[in-house]
Amino acid sequence: MSAAFSRPRAGGGGFGQLLRAEWIKFKSVRGWVAAMAAAALVAVLLGVLSASGDHASCSSGPVEVACPPPVVGPGGEAVDDKFYFVHRPLAGDGGITVRLTSMTGQIRKPDVTPGQRNVVAGVVPWAKAGVMIKESVEQGSAYAAVMMTGEHGVRMQHNFTHDVAGRPGGVSRESPRWLRLTRSGDILTGYESADGTTWTQIGTATLAGLPQTVQIGMFATSPGDLTVTRGDVGGSVAAVRFTEATGEFDQVDLQGDASGAWRDDDIGVTVAPDGSEHHPGRAGQSGGVFSVTGVGDIAPTIEGPTPERPLSSALTGLILVIVVAVMFITAEYRHGLIRTTLLAGPRRGRTLAAKALVLGVVTFAVALPATAITFTVGGRILRDNGNAVLPVSLLTQVRVVVGMAALFALAGVLALALGALLRRSVAAVVTAIALIVVPHVIATTSVLPDSAAQWLLRLTPAAGFAVRQSIPQYAHVLGHYAPIAGFYPLSPWAGLAVPAGYIALILGLAVLRLRRRDA
Amino acid sequence: MRATIEVSGLRKRFGPTLALDDMTFTVLPGQVTGFVGPNGAGKSTTMRVILGLDAADEGRALIGGRPYTSLRNPLTHVGALLDAGALQPSRTARNHLLWLAHSQGLDGRRVDEVLRQVGMQSAARRRAGGFSLGMRQRLGVAAALLGDPPVLMLDEPVNGLDPEGVVWMRGLLRSLAGEGRAVLVSSHLMSELEDTADHLVVVGKGRVIADTSVADLITTASRGQVTLRTTARSEAMSVLGHAGATTAVTDRDTIVVSRLPSERIVAVLTANGVPFSEVATHRVTLEQAYLDLTADAVEYRGTAR
Repeated sequence: MSAAFSRPRAGGGGFGQLLRAEWIKFKSVRGWVAAMAAAALVAVLLGVLSASGDHASCSSGPVEVACPPPVVGPGGEAVDDKFYFVHRPLAGDGGITVRLTSMTGQIRKPDVTPGQRNVVAGVVPWAKAGVMIKESVEQGSAYAAVMMTGEHGVRMQHNFTHDVAGRPGGVSRESPRWLRLTRSGDILTGYESADGTTWTQIGTATLAGLPQTVQIGMFATSPGDLTVTRGDVGGSVAAVRFTEATGEFDQVDLQGDASGAWRDDDIGVTVAPDGSEHHPGRAGQSGGVFSVTGVGDIAPTIEGPTPERPLSSALTGLILVIVVAVMFITAEYRHGLIRTTLLAGPRRGRTLAAKALVLGVVTFAVALPATAITFTVGGRILRDNGNAVLPVSLLTQVRVVVGMAALFALAGVLALALGALLRRSVAAVVTAIALIVVPHVIATTSVLPDSAAQWLLRLTPAAGFAVRQSIPQYAHVLGHYAPIAGFYPLSPWAGLAVPAGYIALILGLAVLRLRRRDA
Repeated sequence: MRATIEVSGLRKRFGPTLALDDMTFTVLPGQVTGFVGPNGAGKSTTMRVILGLDAADEGRALIGGRPYTSLRNPLTHVGALLDAGALQPSRTARNHLLWLAHSQGLDGRRVDEVLRQVGMQSAARRRAGGFSLGMRQRLGVAAALLGDPPVLMLDEPVNGLDPEGVVWMRGLLRSLAGEGRAVLVSSHLMSELEDTADHLVVVGKGRVIADTSVADLITTASRGQVTLRTTARSEAMSVLGHAGATTAVTDRDTIVVSRLPSERIVAVLTANGVPFSEVATHRVTLEQAYLDLTADAVEYRGTAR
């Protein structure tokens, strides 16, 4: 009897049908579409607004000028390139061998008597003294160097971001350290020795495109002393104070065509408003013994206006996304529509997955233009306002923009999963905000000690915010790597994996509950 | 697939209450099966178990021989109207049907067809939140018809309809059954099914009390009873009692006589000179038959709560 029907041609019953159904559900409720668009708009407007209010200026003598663009290293990143260099030109292949007999310095500590400088003898962990081959005396030019450090033994570093450890330990007149750096074409090789006869290779650096004539010589530099103290209301306060380091070299031996005279350059020295040099370095030579004193650092810059700064406004938009995402599922419970949904798709897991996927894709599609506009327009406004925004590679910019859109999507899906599990709008919205937004706010404002803030950003879904960190953390640069300074404890993708893990867990629980309990 | 609903041995307990107690019946194609019983008899629970929304503790429920959750594009196998109010208020009628259609691989043309079928073309682009109960019922029916399923299941579809709507619904149910579909319609009022149902599954206390055609139910309930109209009521009762009959007074001049065929009644009354004006086979109304069947169940519920 039933064969008599002219049944409408139905689809194959695949997942795609459920996706289309959920998409129609979403777009057919005007309030949700409007709120999602509002989330994007709010994120953009607040981002642009905050960038507009962010001005910076620098002084050149008595005149106020736009801040100079940051010095950029061969890798494209902003770098500090400030040291005292005693050098000669080297034509073609060659090298330098020295014996470092001492490394001393001074550190300014917090004033004990107000107004009276409190300077003590000593070297900071990453004070550097050693030999260098550098493309030119231009800041940011390519280089490789073999050096003694304050507390990290001998290192070979090149082009700011690369660091290879040699033998640890210190240096003294009784146990001097021999350092050697040679050039062969584009390849520079670093060696060290305890006695000047037995040499150990530390590493090599390939400096592509190194000119025929380079500068070779001895250098010293010393980054500011970083102290981090607990703030008055919690959190932490970082302060950096003046230090300098002095290296003493003898048995200086040059190989190759380095016949010119020694020249001294205080590369990158700060010029005070009155035209005098601020904390200049110095060098001296007597009887083949060179003493070089430097202030500064040769390292990637980790502080300054980051390009992701305008994206801080994302939080407000995120809250709207959370509300829409929760409503997308809890409205079905409120109106009893969940039964209709389960009649249409009786396999609970697939149906909920389709809903989550549609919300995630919709959120991503809305958030991506929003983060892209906020990032580019906000960044341009920051630069127009005189901020020396730290440059980052195009790949990093894309990762920050796409990653933040992905974080929006993940936050939305997590909120939806909570809505499916809790079945109550208010409870789900509050829980989602408490899991995603609140930990990030607490961790990045002056409330918690740094370590507690870092744990929050490892364990809660707010870890996903790590995806927007554009300036990496460097093991060979001492910095205040804390959430409050924009540094996250997890790498960008590992950070995003945390909310993804939460989604898997909560969505799984929601499906279990949907299967176990009557609808 | 076979256009059937097969329910066998369903048991389900909600806390201390046994909601379904060995519920067993089969719904056949080509007829409207009324699913009747007092409120709380387990009608809605049974329907939800059939549709895979509730899980039974024991027993099974099959649509065309397969459990609901294993059906591909289930709305093309069975259409159901459970709660007409289950709508997103801000979604239009058409969009409500459209997402359902797409979930089954159907398209907008089918949506327009069912909207026409239930007479809602003009309200297609209005938000469901503003619909009257009658319009929601029509929309619910449209959703049930969307997949053109051979099996239909409607929970109290007449509830809240105006007289015109009730007539429309009856006609629709009859024509759906006439097309060879299996149609199960629940109601707590037998009168609603009086002219609609061909077959009845009467339930009470979570189990089937009667599973019978409407004609058989009335015959069974009326069996052996004769209505006697007489001016001499007490004399008639006396002589008939001596002849072995059981009598019951139903009116001032009417008694119902059972356990004695009508020819014997006439003979006994004539022999004893008792006057009477009418002897007729007693025919109970469907409502009365139903009330007799479910009296026990209603009583139970009344004291249990």
